[in-house]
Amino acid sequence: MSNTIIKVENLSKRYRIGLQEKKADTFAQQLWNNFKAPIENFKRIKSLGKFEDESESIHWALKDVSFEVKQGEVLGIIGKNGAGKSTLLKILSKITEPTSGRIELNGRVAALLEVGTGFHPELTGRENIYMNGTILGMTKKEIDRKLDEIIDFSGVEKYVDTPVKFYSSGMRVRLGFSVAAHLEPEILIIDEVLAVGDYEFQQKCLGKMEDVSQKDGRTVLFVSHNMSAVKKLCTNALILKNGLLNENGITNHVVKKYLNEYRKTTREIIFSDAYMNDFIQPLKLFLESEEDIITVNDPFNICFEFVNICSDSMINLSLVISTQDDIVVFNSISNSVLLSEGKAKFKCQVPSNLLNNQIYTLRLLVVKDLRTPLLDISEVMNFEIVDGQRNIDWFGEWLGIIRPNLEWKIFN
Amino acid sequence: MNKIIIEPSKGWKVVDVGELWRYKDLLYFLTVRGIKARYAQSVLGVGWAIIQPLFTTLVFTVVFGGLAKVDSDGMPYILFSYLALWPWNYFSGTLSESANSLVANAGMITKVYFPRLILPLAAIFSKLLDFIISFIVLLGLLIYFKVMPGWNLAFLPLLLVQLLMASLGIGMILSAMAVQYRDVKYALTFLVQLLLYLAPVVYSTTAVPEHWQFVYSLNPMVGVIEGIRAMFLDRPMPWEWIWPGAIVAVTVFVFGLFYFRRMEKVFADVA
Repeated sequence: MSNTIIKVENLSKRYRIGLQEKKADTFAQQLWNNFKAPIENFKRIKSLGKFEDESESIHWALKDVSFEVKQGEVLGIIGKNGAGKSTLLKILSKITEPTSGRIELNGRVAALLEVGTGFHPELTGRENIYMNGTILGMTKKEIDRKLDEIIDFSGVEKYVDTPVKFYSSGMRVRLGFSVAAHLEPEILIIDEVLAVGDYEFQQKCLGKMEDVSQKDGRTVLFVSHNMSAVKKLCTNALILKNGLLNENGITNHVVKKYLNEYRKTTREIIFSDAYMNDFIQPLKLFLESEEDIITVNDPFNICFEFVNICSDSMINLSLVISTQDDIVVFNSISNSVLLSEGKAKFKCQVPSNLLNNQIYTLRLLVVKDLRTPLLDISEVMNFEIVDGQRNIDWFGEWLGIIRPNLEWKIFN
Repeated sequence: MNKIIIEPSKGWKVVDVGELWRYKDLLYFLTVRGIKARYAQSVLGVGWAIIQPLFTTLVFTVVFGGLAKVDSDGMPYILFSYLALWPWNYFSGTLSESANSLVANAGMITKVYFPRLILPLAAIFSKLLDFIISFIVLLGLLIYFKVMPGWNLAFLPLLLVQLLMASLGIGMILSAMAVQYRDVKYALTFLVQLLLYLAPVVYSTTAVPEHWQFVYSLNPMVGVIEGIRAMFLDRPMPWEWIWPGAIVAVTVFVFGLFYFRRMEKVFADVA
């Protein structure tokens, strides 16, 4: 069981990022630019797939990545957005070619970068099972054999002969995942598709994946932001950082390193000008409390300061607090108010005895007219709540994503 | 266990026929999907495959046959133009359908690997249903005008291969180009119109000046249309119109196969 099934050697992939257009100073210049545009466009589009010179428009999505995966291993691939995870999966699944380097795969690969690829809204669920299955590399015979199982697993039996356009998005996902779960490749590649779907179905999918790797000895590559899923499923993990392989090893060790290094806890974020847009200029996000550390028993305020640039619009703030396992604890939304131009400050008061002692992640949204998000930063800050005074003599791990102080009545 | 090596590729590659064969079921379902999706939620459904060519034929008959009095080689103009429109509609239809096939399915290309050639192939096959249905209309017209096809009809498969090669060849080139240059989509609309007048659809080949005839016959559709007219009306096969176009069709087809394979590797990056 210890033979190498995937061998990646010095893998690199570069992309070309669009160069900024030349701006015109005068109307005549603009006219001339428009006139010249087809030639410029042609040069630009032609060069999308070519790289003659090392210019500034080149971006290395992956650089010199090497690793090996043994048969039966479940490898978690973690890293921030844009670290090269998806590019790696796309190369492994032959969707795109590497710029240099080499991969050796000893077995059939099925990649699941999306659920329900090729679904056509006008076709029925049953027809789409065949469509999606054959795209993923199954033959008609294989699907015939597993059809009942697939329909059963998806839980949409009643609607299987209804066009998919009448399905809810949840049903579509279930059907798509169900097809994918019945693939029988030696190597299965999965990209965060579990992020969608309801909790119950997610658990079902995770269970199915465990079956795949443990019982059938298949190799699975799994990209996820969900550290608890990675910890639960993966034997090994690797971290990608800006296209480079940063760490590779046993899951627990790698996840710990990732959490320590990438999810540093802070109490204050000063925004650079990069976050500024036509409507607002964010200045500072910070936690306000009496002490330097915030314990479970301390109330604190989440404060956001920014400069309002747009006039005549209603602005509100939305804060989403999640655990490290991406479970949302709560979403708090402020009133929508008409702000005058200039500096503004929103303060959200979090009561004591609400959050547990752990690290939480904050997502910040600034919304205009209750409709248009002006700013949406998903992991803007990680902060830690530490254990406070307990009124019992017990020091074990306190479970739960929240830790409310509830009143007890005891009868005897 | 089969070993797969992934490396950057270079230069021109030959089509991997074995791989295409492994994905034949995908080709089948994509073809069916194309047909079903085209006529989904329409009252007349495949009836449109009859109405469209018939209506064009009527318009041509009134405008070119009736008003402009275009010479139709001594046959009823309606039959003359339908015999040309039957292959022509298939050709122009597959051209636009296959040219758009990659762009329309960009979502699939960027998410799953499969031989990309399946997409233009499916586009071309899914149009075959229309082609067969309009053939039935043709039979009706032949019966109405009491026309009996001759033995030449045995050459029909040959001309159909030429037709398929020409449409697939051009389709492959255009679809590969369209991924990178969306201009193809806009250019195609008027290109198809232009090609209509470069083929003997509304007029007869006798109207072409003699010293232009060879250049004219390089258009693969000239031979296809002239050949089909000859075989259904029991006239001698006009080989002099057919062979130049046949050579062009084969050349375009082979070039298309290589060009498509060469461009294939950047599809997912630029789509």
